[in-house]
Amino acid sequence: MAEDTVRIGSGAGFAGDRWEPAVELVERGGIDYIAFECLAERTIARETLALHRGQGSGYNPQLEDRMRAVLPPAAAQGVRVLSNMGAADPLAAGRKTAEIAAELGLDDRRCAVLLGDDVQEAVAARPDLPLMETGAPLESILPRMASANAYLGADAVASALSTGAPVVVTGRVADPSLFVGPIIHALGWDYDDYIRLAQATATGHLLECAGQVTGGYFADPSVKDVAGLARLGFPFADVTDAGAITIGKCDGSGGRIDAATCTEQLLYEVDDPGAYITPDCVLDMTGIAFDEVGPDRVAVSGARAQPRTDTHKVSIGYFDGYLGEGLLSYGGPNAIARARLAGEIVAERLRLRGFAYDALDARLIGIDSLHGPGAHRPEPYEVRLRVTGRTQDKKAAEAVGFEVAALYTNGPAGGAGDAASVREILAVQSVLLPRDLVTPRVEVVDAG
Amino acid sequence: MLTVHDLAHARAGDKGHSVNVSVIAYDEAGYERLLRELTEARVAAAFAALAEGPVRRYALPGLGAFNFVIERVQGGGVTATGALDIHGKSLSSLMLTIPLPGNEPEGE
Repeated sequence: MAEDTVRIGSGAGFAGDRWEPAVELVERGGIDYIAFECLAERTIARETLALHRGQGSGYNPQLEDRMRAVLPPAAAQGVRVLSNMGAADPLAAGRKTAEIAAELGLDDRRCAVLLGDDVQEAVAARPDLPLMETGAPLESILPRMASANAYLGADAVASALSTGAPVVVTGRVADPSLFVGPIIHALGWDYDDYIRLAQATATGHLLECAGQVTGGYFADPSVKDVAGLARLGFPFADVTDAGAITIGKCDGSGGRIDAATCTEQLLYEVDDPGAYITPDCVLDMTGIAFDEVGPDRVAVSGARAQPRTDTHKVSIGYFDGYLGEGLLSYGGPNAIARARLAGEIVAERLRLRGFAYDALDARLIGIDSLHGPGAHRPEPYEVRLRVTGRTQDKKAAEAVGFEVAALYTNGPAGGAGDAASVREILAVQSVLLPRDLVTPRVEVVDAG
Repeated sequence: MLTVHDLAHARAGDKGHSVNVSVIAYDEAGYERLLRELTEARVAAAFAALAEGPVRRYALPGLGAFNFVIERVQGGGVTATGALDIHGKSLSSLMLTIPLPGNEPEGE
């Protein structure tokens, strides 16, 4: 049932994104589909951890809030909903979604769940695979592996849509593919038509971070302003069967869409712009042009693509020890010198107590916590000492915040506002797994 | 002295072990000057305290933009050091501080 044009909205750009703009798009954006991208690199590992410890559901913590807000208007407007909020347990997320649809009294409670991204067994059988980041063999982190998820592609997403279920929930899917899937499904495109796949992938990449193309993460007051940022709207794209793309947002919503916002998002998280690798194709952005065809309307042209590679990227989350953190602020005369002295005292006390760290750092928020040391920087009135210790020993991690707090009566004058934390470090590396070792499958769940 | 901030805007993205920073010129003259002066070596020097490098620059003349890929950034996915900005997202602002040494326009 191919149409000539499809309009697809972007409902979220990260796990903790706002959902009012998604509701706005569904209610009055005239969209056919809305996709919620909620799965950063470390998110699945974090959700896996929560699941194993009985501290969470394994899927996105905001799934229930989002679905409750979006499903009723989506059902009323005939908008189909897709999301990778399934995270570490897409099946449970699908069941929960169907349950919510039933509670809300919706007629069609079906949820198509895309499975097969969890490839822990497949990678465990290939300890020889080199890690993309360091070149070391996978076996060096295998004993500490928390999760291994292949980036599934648009073909798998489209197959989930073919079930006819109004909602599709997935685990790990390449971010652009979550948008490419509905585009090729709606327009009836061939998965080997790389001319069209290039346009769809460029569209998906521009939409995948939601507000980041409509003026979010962009404002620099009086240098490049964004009107109505508090009411930032999320984007949609019109894609025609000929592959023409127009990016837009709801009239009256906050934000801006123009060549500047589109260029920032196009290059976001890109390595070689001539070879942006997704499971669907290798996108070449170098010929892309943006034309401002109306207020907050930008036409996108010139995307090209090479055929897809014969591997799936697999993101592997693994435990990598603990991070202990302690914070304390200093202000007024000589604040920086007092804060530096405080940092030195903490390091010495930790050493005297016999703790060892892979890395122990004392930085001053206000001076060098973001970009390291640098010349010609003005001195702030107040600074916040931040001491961090990375270690495999949980007690050593806990001692960092303890020694920072102890500065109150045992350190330089005038420290204030202590805070401490210890968290388990989940690191991420990647391998490439041959395509034939990854088998996507779809299961439709319903609620009685 | 002019800085990148006077000529361009920027956005940083997390690539795990590396970070990418786009630099987008406000106009063609700005792009041409950045093409000459915002070299891989100059960016590597500005990021020396944070990244081992190397730095790769991709020029996109059609968009008036560059994409810099800076390898082996502290706090990346592998060597999680406890950096405050674990994704390197604020590094776009460091890019904007880089001074450009070329001949100042007349009157400045």
